[in-house]
Amino acid sequence: MSEYIIKNGKVYDPKTGIKGDVSDVCIKDGKIAEKVSSKAKVIDAKGMTVMAGAVEVHAHVAGPKVNEGRNYRPEDKLFTYKPTGKNTRMAGCFSIPTTFKTGYEYARMGYTTVMEAAMPPLYARHVHEEIKDTPIVDEGAFPVFGNNWFVFEYLKNDEMDNVCAYISWLLRTTKGYAIKIVNPGGSEAWGWGENCTTVNDPVPYFDITPAEIVKGLLTANEKMGLPHSIHIHSNNLGNPGNYETTLDTLKIAEGVKPNNKFGREQVLHHTHVQFHSYKGDSWANFESGSKEIADYFNKNKNMTMDLGCVTLDETTTMTADGPFEHHLTSLNHLKWANVDVELETSSGIVPYVYDPNIKVCAIQWCIGLELGLLAKDPMRTFITTDHPNAGPFTRYPRIMKWLMSDKARQDMLKGFKNSDKVIAATNLASIDRELTMFEIAQMTRAGPARSLGLYNIFGGLAPGMDADVAIFNIDEDKVKDPEDIEKAFSAASYVFKTGTMVVENGEVISNGNKRTLWVDAKIPMNKQVERDVQMKFLKFYSMNLNNYEVSNHYVPNPYVIEVEN
Amino acid sequence: MDIVKLTLNKVPELFLEAENITPDQFAGKNAQQIGELHVYMGNQTAKISDYFKVEGKGGATAADTRIVISGPTDKVKYIGMKMTAGEIEVQGNADMYTAAWMAGGKIHVKGNVDSFCAIGMTGGEFIVDGNAKNYLGASYRGDWRGMQGGKITVKGNAGSDTATFMNGGTIDIGGDVDVHLGTHAEGGKIIVRGNAKGRVGGQMVKGDIFVLGQVERMMPTYVYKGEEEAELDGKKQVFKVWIGDMGERHGKRKGEIIYGKIYIPSGSVEAETPAAQVAKKKKLTEKQLEKVKEAFKDQEPTVQQVRTYIFDSFDVDMKPMQVSRLIEGLKR
Ligand SMILES: [Zn+2]
Repeated sequence: MSEYIIKNGKVYDPKTGIKGDVSDVCIKDGKIAEKVSSKAKVIDAKGMTVMAGAVEVHAHVAGPKVNEGRNYRPEDKLFTYKPTGKNTRMAGCFSIPTTFKTGYEYARMGYTTVMEAAMPPLYARHVHEEIKDTPIVDEGAFPVFGNNWFVFEYLKNDEMDNVCAYISWLLRTTKGYAIKIVNPGGSEAWGWGENCTTVNDPVPYFDITPAEIVKGLLTANEKMGLPHSIHIHSNNLGNPGNYETTLDTLKIAEGVKPNNKFGREQVLHHTHVQFHSYKGDSWANFESGSKEIADYFNKNKNMTMDLGCVTLDETTTMTADGPFEHHLTSLNHLKWANVDVELETSSGIVPYVYDPNIKVCAIQWCIGLELGLLAKDPMRTFITTDHPNAGPFTRYPRIMKWLMSDKARQDMLKGFKNSDKVIAATNLASIDRELTMFEIAQMTRAGPARSLGLYNIFGGLAPGMDADVAIFNIDEDKVKDPEDIEKAFSAASYVFKTGTMVVENGEVISNGNKRTLWVDAKIPMNKQVERDVQMKFLKFYSMNLNNYEVSNHYVPNPYVIEVEN
Repeated sequence: MDIVKLTLNKVPELFLEAENITPDQFAGKNAQQIGELHVYMGNQTAKISDYFKVEGKGGATAADTRIVISGPTDKVKYIGMKMTAGEIEVQGNADMYTAAWMAGGKIHVKGNVDSFCAIGMTGGEFIVDGNAKNYLGASYRGDWRGMQGGKITVKGNAGSDTATFMNGGTIDIGGDVDVHLGTHAEGGKIIVRGNAKGRVGGQMVKGDIFVLGQVERMMPTYVYKGEEEAELDGKKQVFKVWIGDMGERHGKRKGEIIYGKIYIPSGSVEAETPAAQVAKKKKLTEKQLEKVKEAFKDQEPTVQQVRTYIFDSFDVDMKPMQVSRLIEGLKR
């Protein structure tokens, strides 16, 4: 394998504590190395920024709902296609890019690892087919557990061992990475025409509450010692006044200590917090609840979060929160798809236009950025757009610009049609914090890698780690125009994935050696769970158990994270 | 105003995709520069000058540029796509997507146009002396933003699915239109001076449709409201008004619910509500029964086939159950 030495660049690496000092980075045999031979190819990064490859903690990039979004939004594809290139295949779409575009665009922005945030177990094969077709980036997928009948029944009967055995079996069967919880209980309640909008609303028939579901899965996660914490999208998403539900959910984790051998320090990840930080009791008096959420977050160190920043684009919302999508289409009257996934979850899709001239949208934009700026620990705060829900992931460079430049934010605020009202309903105008390049590295590299339990492999530049390196043509100390930040992060000068140069001068030059990450929790299946699985498939599932498993040929290049008990 | 003359030498082998033929692209360019702009044929990229003789030059701005296109242009697509100002005259026919997403200026086609013309149009004027095919002034597939502004005038007939998802602007059809007029419309005004084939205003939320001839069959989800005075062509006239689509959501203005409206001139040939039709004709005469027997002799026709035959031949709208019994009867 080839050797590289990256010279003269300003390195930002939380893992080794380098904060912008000029330093060499060596790559050998796919890993970061102490030193390389004289044959190593020299990359001159003078005046440039060098970081580890970024780690995406939450995006919807593969699987049935993503594909249905592509399928029912031909207008999202219009005028976006780029023809086949020397190293790339035809790729297009804006808010729901094709698998190829997904891989290329992440790589061009310096991202080298991506987590698909919601995998319905029943359709796990589809998720893995798309992951397989997404070039360059290593990917994992989070199966959803928050509305699963097995989980409900075992938790209700206080059978924690069975919960763990079932989770372990499902992770192995679906080649999943972590425990995802979406609108706990609410997506199942929707099947009964209801929803759970507080943590104490019981699920019809199962008579279990969201609080019990979260607590149970949290306990199981730490009992099993999984690499990632539970990953939660709490109840009541997108509704004015929901910050209280969010706080109620976060409180469930109070006092719980992390138990794992992967260096993970937190026990709960709350995703797209922007959508969960709303005050007011209607859209008329809707306002930011970012202060309340950020205050809690700053005091409680056992959680991580990602932002879910609204980018003010026309996009496509898609979530396993079926009732929410049903609610959304009745608000915007645009086309809508919803599905119930048997014993496991539900799902829905609705296009959405975040119009900067609409007060609510502008306030949402503020809230996402406020959370990023009010949160004091960048190692626990990650940049996302909940792609494509609040905006496409291709806007990350723009979010970095907003987070790094007070001027860029104030210009936006002043430009809104309802500027005064937006400023009155939010905190952003009075926040002048500008994130540093090092903090960006924490929020997009080290932080997410640590929360996923992958900080020994990804998100840093210490010798022995995977050689995922991104080099951007920007010097933090010489930025004149905030636009330079967006430009530099949109197209990296060089990107290495496990030691292979995949991007050069902003163009994809190699399809890399993509791997699928999944977690083998190694808890043996017990007789009871085995019997329950068989019975459920016999009685309720529309599919045969034999057709359920994601067999090995769906995952041709696996990277198995093994949990030693 | 400067004029650019484009003359198509011969009919292209495949369809020519010419979205660069707009005043916006031609402005500030001389004949040679215009000739260098690309056109696509199949998966090949060519230059405008490979197919057209280019004379004259573009004006300083799009608004100062007039393009006159002659020759056998039946297979040229996307003429005037996204244009914002200036003029285009097509002396013959034009193919699909002419005036698509047009935002301003004027396009005049002296012959016929194909489907998807003026989709998503937001402004300007589009005139067709001949006929237009399907999806005129509609939205792009999947999109909810059809024609939003400007004016379309077709002197001849228009095809099916005209004005799907229209939400602004005016469409004026001199002749007839095929099925599905103004489906999903949420605004705008459509005038059909001939007849409308049926399924008019399906899922329409808001907007006005004038049909000066007949609506072949009114949708069952429209309700007859009575006579109303409205202005058309600068003079006030009395129309019979239907409101709907009752199966859809409808907004309110000043406490009153807004519906889509279909206007038919008072005193024109009675347009019938489905209920009136069912009341009048639901049985066949002996003679008609014989004809049905003859038509399907030695066959095993489906209910659909027989029902359609009866409707087309005798204008009798029978219920499927009736038809089913009739077929049983004929067998015996
Ligand atoms: Zn999400």
